Amino acid sequence: MMITYWLNGKKSSADIEPGMMLYDFLRSQGCYSVKCGCETTNCGLCTVWVNDVPVLSCAVLAVRIDGCQVTTLEGLQEDAKEFAYYMGLQGADQCGFCNPGFVMNVLAMVRRFDSPTEDDIKEFLSGNLCRCTGYMSHMRAIKEYFKAKGKEVRS
Amino acid sequence: MNIVQYTKAASLEEAWELNQGRGAVVLGGCCWLRLSPQRRIAQAIDLSGLGLDAIEERDDSFKIGAMVTLGAFGSHEGLLTYTKGAVKEATRHIVGTQFRNLATIGGSISGRFGFSDIWTLLLALDADVELYKGGRVPLSDFGKTGPGKDIVSHIIVPKKSSQTAYASLRLNETDFPIIAAAVHVDGKDVRCAIGARPGRAEVMTLPVDTVKTLGCEKAGREFAEKVTYETNQRGSSEYRHDMAVVLCRRLLAQTMGDDV
Repeated sequence: MMITYWLNGKKSSADIEPGMMLYDFLRSQGCYSVKCGCETTNCGLCTVWVNDVPVLSCAVLAVRIDGCQVTTLEGLQEDAKEFAYYMGLQGADQCGFCNPGFVMNVLAMVRRFDSPTEDDIKEFLSGNLCRCTGYMSHMRAIKEYFKAKGKEVRS
Repeated sequence: MNIVQYTKAASLEEAWELNQGRGAVVLGGCCWLRLSPQRRIAQAIDLSGLGLDAIEERDDSFKIGAMVTLGAFGSHEGLLTYTKGAVKEATRHIVGTQFRNLATIGGSISGRFGFSDIWTLLLALDADVELYKGGRVPLSDFGKTGPGKDIVSHIIVPKKSSQTAYASLRLNETDFPIIAAAVHVDGKDVRCAIGARPGRAEVMTLPVDTVKTLGCEKAGREFAEKVTYETNQRGSSEYRHDMAVVLCRRLLAQTMGDDV
């Protein structure tokens, strides 16, 4: 099937099988930040944005991006670098396997909220699993990042 | 997924006609289908181009399109106000933001999943299902038949002067519930739905005056003892029963306050 889409701002077309999942398609387009971690739509590693909404690319049929804007970590390098600084500073980057999906969802969250509570953050990120950190260092990094963006995290 | 033919339906009539064929599957958010990658789907029917992704608030009801995501359902201002936040409570534990941005209310309803928080809440809210050919049917009746070859187009939540509350118990934040309960109180009746037993949610009704006479503890027990529970790896039937009593009691206290 022919689809037309915008990948990280660049318009493209492709002929794909109807059963192809979005993460497979994105990897075939060179977006290797997109990975499938759990195979059960639970871990959040495969997070991308479709029309600026974070979704699990492992559960989206690639045909459904026809006419849509798709954003992967490759298209958000500057933002990712900025947030990664705070992750490193707070020891939130350990094995790093969950980072691509986690960063994508944090960047979506910082666009959504101006002054979230810690509970808002936990709820927003509950679909991003990390088996290393225990999330405390993530929370510190997120607070620092919000502060750098001129926003605040309410207690 | 193993999809032979994919069609983005141009109308509900086209979707319905395609759905009469053998091996046809109506696509919702695909979150559950995705767990069966080897399943062969002869005809996939995509409803995403039919404008079914909107929630319409009317004077007497909310009309929720089948393709409304659980995220949109749980954060809709009108529904949040009407249910006193119960729609958020019933959705916020479902996997994560990204999942809720995909999974649809039509998929949750058509799937008739036993673990469904959505089923539990909507049963308590006395919701109806609108089928393209079959018209409007109560959700409790739909539970017995499912969509068959018809297509769920909307969910209708009637508006009444009422109080609603939802609660669930989980082993961890984003797991399926061990037990879930919702209570909806209008001027006349108390509707209590208990789900994740682990079977599909069931709803019971008692007159408000009866609940006031019994009090929260006894009324909660009465509701909880009207349904059966089973054991699976998340919890035993006895545990589910005992926790159902607790949740029902708490929700009755939350919705009826000093009245009981």
